[in-house]
Amino acid sequence: MASGLRILVPVKRVIDYAIKPRINKAQTGVETAGVKHSLNPFDELSIEEAVRLRERKGPLKVENILALSAGGPKTPDVLRTAMAMGADRAFHIDMLRGVVEKENINLVLLGKQAIDGDQGQTGQMLAGLLGWSQANQASKVEIKDESGTVEVTHEVDGGVETLRAKLPMIITTDLRLNEPRYASLPNIMKAKKKPLEKKTLADFGVEDTRRLKTVKVTEPPPRKGGGKVDDVDGLVSKLKELGAL
Amino acid sequence: MSGARNLSAALRRARLPRPRILARPILSTSSPATATATALRSFSASSLRADTKQIKYTSDAYPNIKRDPKFAEISADDVKFFKELLGSESAVIDGVTTDATDDLEPFNSDWMRKYRGHTRLVLKPGSTEEVSKVLKYCNDRKLAVVPQGGNTGLVGGSVPVFDEIVVNTSRMNKIRSFDAASGVLVADAGVILETADSYLAEREHLFPLDLGAKGSCHIGGNVSTNAGGLRLLRYGSLHGTVLGLEAVLPDGTIVESLSTLRKNNTGYDLKQLFIGSEGTIGLVTAVSIICPPRPKAVNVAYFGLESFEQVQQAYLAAKGQLSEILSAFELMDGRSQGLVIESTGNKHPLEGEYPFYCLIETSGSNSEHDMAKLETFLENVMGEGIVADGVLAQDETQFQALWRWREGITEALSHLGGTYKYDVSIPLSELYQLVEDCKARLTEKGFVGDDDSFPVRAVVGYGHMGDSNLHLNVAVRQYNKEVEKAIEPWVYEWIQKRNGSISAEHGMGVAKKEYIGYSQNETMVKLMKQLKALYDPVSIFLSLNSSRCDHHTNVIFWQNGIMNPYKYI
Repeated sequence: MASGLRILVPVKRVIDYAIKPRINKAQTGVETAGVKHSLNPFDELSIEEAVRLRERKGPLKVENILALSAGGPKTPDVLRTAMAMGADRAFHIDMLRGVVEKENINLVLLGKQAIDGDQGQTGQMLAGLLGWSQANQASKVEIKDESGTVEVTHEVDGGVETLRAKLPMIITTDLRLNEPRYASLPNIMKAKKKPLEKKTLADFGVEDTRRLKTVKVTEPPPRKGGGKVDDVDGLVSKLKELGAL
Repeated sequence: MSGARNLSAALRRARLPRPRILARPILSTSSPATATATALRSFSASSLRADTKQIKYTSDAYPNIKRDPKFAEISADDVKFFKELLGSESAVIDGVTTDATDDLEPFNSDWMRKYRGHTRLVLKPGSTEEVSKVLKYCNDRKLAVVPQGGNTGLVGGSVPVFDEIVVNTSRMNKIRSFDAASGVLVADAGVILETADSYLAEREHLFPLDLGAKGSCHIGGNVSTNAGGLRLLRYGSLHGTVLGLEAVLPDGTIVESLSTLRKNNTGYDLKQLFIGSEGTIGLVTAVSIICPPRPKAVNVAYFGLESFEQVQQAYLAAKGQLSEILSAFELMDGRSQGLVIESTGNKHPLEGEYPFYCLIETSGSNSEHDMAKLETFLENVMGEGIVADGVLAQDETQFQALWRWREGITEALSHLGGTYKYDVSIPLSELYQLVEDCKARLTEKGFVGDDDSFPVRAVVGYGHMGDSNLHLNVAVRQYNKEVEKAIEPWVYEWIQKRNGSISAEHGMGVAKKEYIGYSQNETMVKLMKQLKALYDPVSIFLSLNSSRCDHHTNVIFWQNGIMNPYKYI
């Protein structure tokens, strides 16, 4: 069907994986001000896989890799990272489905979930909205032939399951798929020159209405720390004190 | 869900720093168990060779060091005194009246498995007063003492040679105070460096010292050895950041100089005598140190370079263009990185192989400003062709992974066999020449080779470029006297010719004691010996019989005392 692959990789800017998130004072969400943010690790895998599909030179040539993200004014940071890893261009938008249609995309690669909300729903919802095939939590992606047959392997309890589908399709990525590359300096420089467009909902003729309201966010109750005793005598007296002996 | 994914998810939920390889398992790794095993193999496990071979006693390795007969032998009465003094059962490890060989071993030997003493008694006092009473007793009884912190030293300074009593600071581990306005931290000597830094991190400050052994070393030991570490370039030496300290002299006198003042020009600055004197004139029990605000924006870049010329150019460019935000400039040669790959199996961040690698870190208060400076610098060094290739950490995980390529060298070497370590200061232009010359010398003698018939695996160099401090490491399959003779004293003569230092940050200990003359002249050594005699004297009482006059003459000799004998100067 397709003469080439036009891949869309939606990515999200999230609080860095290695940072411990804290609840804000108003208890309405996680404190994001002054906290290090990075590309969602699962989305990093998706970018890597898209770039690898191009490098593998399979039956279908990769025409274009478009990275896309929705979010605040710092969002371009992660889009630059995506482009430094190998994406060709980027959109900074508020809406996914419209882009897929407008940009004539035939493969969407995205992380199975964002590590901040852990909702794991974007891929599935997009597939539903578009009426496309979906293969989730991919651990291996293979383009089989020029007509756009794709084989996706994913892990299930006690083994692996291999799915086959035709383009266009949605694939969500899991940890085992690949090992994302570092953004090299020459590519970081090049990424600065790649096109990054800002798009709004109005560009796609859609209105945004909030249907959910976050009532309150709280941290789990802190774990009570254990005590340390100096020696056996200390242990015995502590156990007696607690009534265990 | 597979086990590996569960594990990853659990780790992620716990927000634990994890080795990169676990987070992104290699495709070919089929079973979850293998993935975990690989992860454990990378950097976290301690020496794999542990307990397979006995460590040689220092007294056998250095037959010229003899036990000084002026020191008394420990008796059961001494042990009884210490047990009563320190009270708690766990404060005394008694190998005198009981068999405690296994319990004593970790205190008798160093982590490199190079030095091993014969101590039969370890004391862990819980307070400065207890240290004072312990030392006074030892001094009166002429019992030799070795102060010990985390025992992470590299020159055998923290382990006994003979039967010196080990006085370990691990039970003195309280943070006493912290003042956010001035940034002054006051803490006991036995606080672990990483614990102190985590405490400061919660208060948005940073301990001005960072080194590979941070998870084990004690800040008292850091001060006593004047440890340098990774960010000396930015935060300066402990001689500048330590504002005051508390120490105990061998006669039990408590030197209370825990000043928290930045400026204090009242008399001799005596605290400096305890910084870097390796416990030879007193035992540091607490430290007051000024800590900078924790940088909010930290970036790490890792470069591959074609020549040492270009490394120097990159350093000059970094100094010029990153000046106030530059916090580390580390050098690693290609061979050292090859050994890390061999030992950990991790994938190298760069595609090609280069003879030199550099790690640059910037720390600042505003990530946008820092990034703008860093990008200008990167464009410059890439554009000028100074740097052949490089990567920039995009997130915290990559940041830590890149640092492990520098910090993991020591540990990688220890997995692969023994290492002769030389920690030297050399003028920058000739910094790497020492490695080339040493390699040529050992190769010429037929010591270097790829299979097990050659004693030397590799001659590698890495270090703190920003401080002109090189670590020359000769990785050997087994420690070998012939190899050692080929390196020493040749390496010291090489350094002396260039007015370098034979010990930049590791100290003297047992390893460098006899070579001090290569970096200090006679007058300096004499002055040092006078200081030692002043603060740590022991009197030897001799009764001389004079046959001519037929009467006794009583003579008192003063000799070096009980504190960490057989070492330092």
